[in-house]
Amino acid sequence: MEFAHFDHHSPIPGTTLFDGAMAMKGYALNKMCYSFNAAENREAFKADPEAYMERYQLTEAQKEAVRHRNVLEMIAEGGNIYYLAKLAGIYHLSVQDVGAQQTGMTTEAFKQKLLDAGRA
Amino acid sequence: MARILGGITTSHIPAVGNAIANESFEDPYWKPFFDGYPPIHDWLAETKPDVVINIYNDHGLGFFLDKMPTFAIGAAHEYRNEDEGWGIPRLDPFPGDARMSWHLIEEMVAAEFDITSCQELAVDHGFVVPMQLFWPGAPHNAAMPRAIPISANTVQHPIPTLNRALNFGKALRRAIQSYPEDVKVVILGTGGLSHQLDGARAGFINREFDEYCMEKIVTDPEALTKISRYELVEKAGAQGTEFLMWMMMRGALGAKVNPLHRNYHIPISNTGAGTMLLECAA
Repeated sequence: MEFAHFDHHSPIPGTTLFDGAMAMKGYALNKMCYSFNAAENREAFKADPEAYMERYQLTEAQKEAVRHRNVLEMIAEGGNIYYLAKLAGIYHLSVQDVGAQQTGMTTEAFKQKLLDAGRA
Repeated sequence: MARILGGITTSHIPAVGNAIANESFEDPYWKPFFDGYPPIHDWLAETKPDVVINIYNDHGLGFFLDKMPTFAIGAAHEYRNEDEGWGIPRLDPFPGDARMSWHLIEEMVAAEFDITSCQELAVDHGFVVPMQLFWPGAPHNAAMPRAIPISANTVQHPIPTLNRALNFGKALRRAIQSYPEDVKVVILGTGGLSHQLDGARAGFINREFDEYCMEKIVTDPEALTKISRYELVEKAGAQGTEFLMWMMMRGALGAKVNPLHRNYHIPISNTGAGTMLLECAA
């Protein structure tokens, strides 16, 4: 589905504006992640991720991103970080782990970058 | 008549909740952050508010993308936190003030702010962490006021403009002041300051912009309405848009405020953490 007026591609480097177009694209993925607020749903996902993704009708590209545990891929497929954080929680990833993965750093280097921002 | 005492801002980072649970107050990483709170505890002990209006943004607990209110006001007798997906402890409910909530909803809609009213609202860390910071032991703190949560959308664009947020606060001030009961009210603006969790720019923090915002929100909040939403994302980071909550709070405090206390520290988790206590000028 195309909406020309939704298509304001973000020119802020490294930033995806989560707008109507992305919210439509990522709906199934975000809906699955929202379900992880409930512990029994987290257990169901862990027991059989493929069946769980199928139940929420993720697109193949969204499934691939989840299989790879790749946050940038999930964002490209419409994932919103607030919902993705719940998926990251299943894998016991902190927001620093998630930040490190997206920036291609080790978690230690990412934490140091944050500390350095305080000294700037 | 209801009277507004002042406003308090704080970041509401989930990691703070863990640090409180672990009593990490003297830990070298946490001390510069927690040292910002005792002057606020003293002020609250002195002024004794009856009602706290907690302006925060939901992060995918109370609301989902199926129905996303731009502005929502709690209208419940109590508010519960729930599991947000990472198994944080569930607390006892926070008592509300449904009568005052409905007064605010009536007045806000009459003032042409179209509100989503919520008779049930699960409140997440955005609401809970500030309550625990300001009233240690919350919800088991006898001095903790009755709470009215107000949530604004920062999950999905279009988000409100800074001008709209400030005007929301101004209308909220009139709504509070027209409440006939003799209650003392404190307003919380929670969230921010600069941070970005997503994308290749994750870890972005902007001290210069945060300090500009902390200065202008005292002296000239109107100047901040010149910042576009796009520019806010650029300068504060994708999740730094939570600064809208500070603007809503500021609007409710009237033209002039006395800045009694401020603290700013980088980093707490991925965030530039700002705390301010603004008392309404007499």
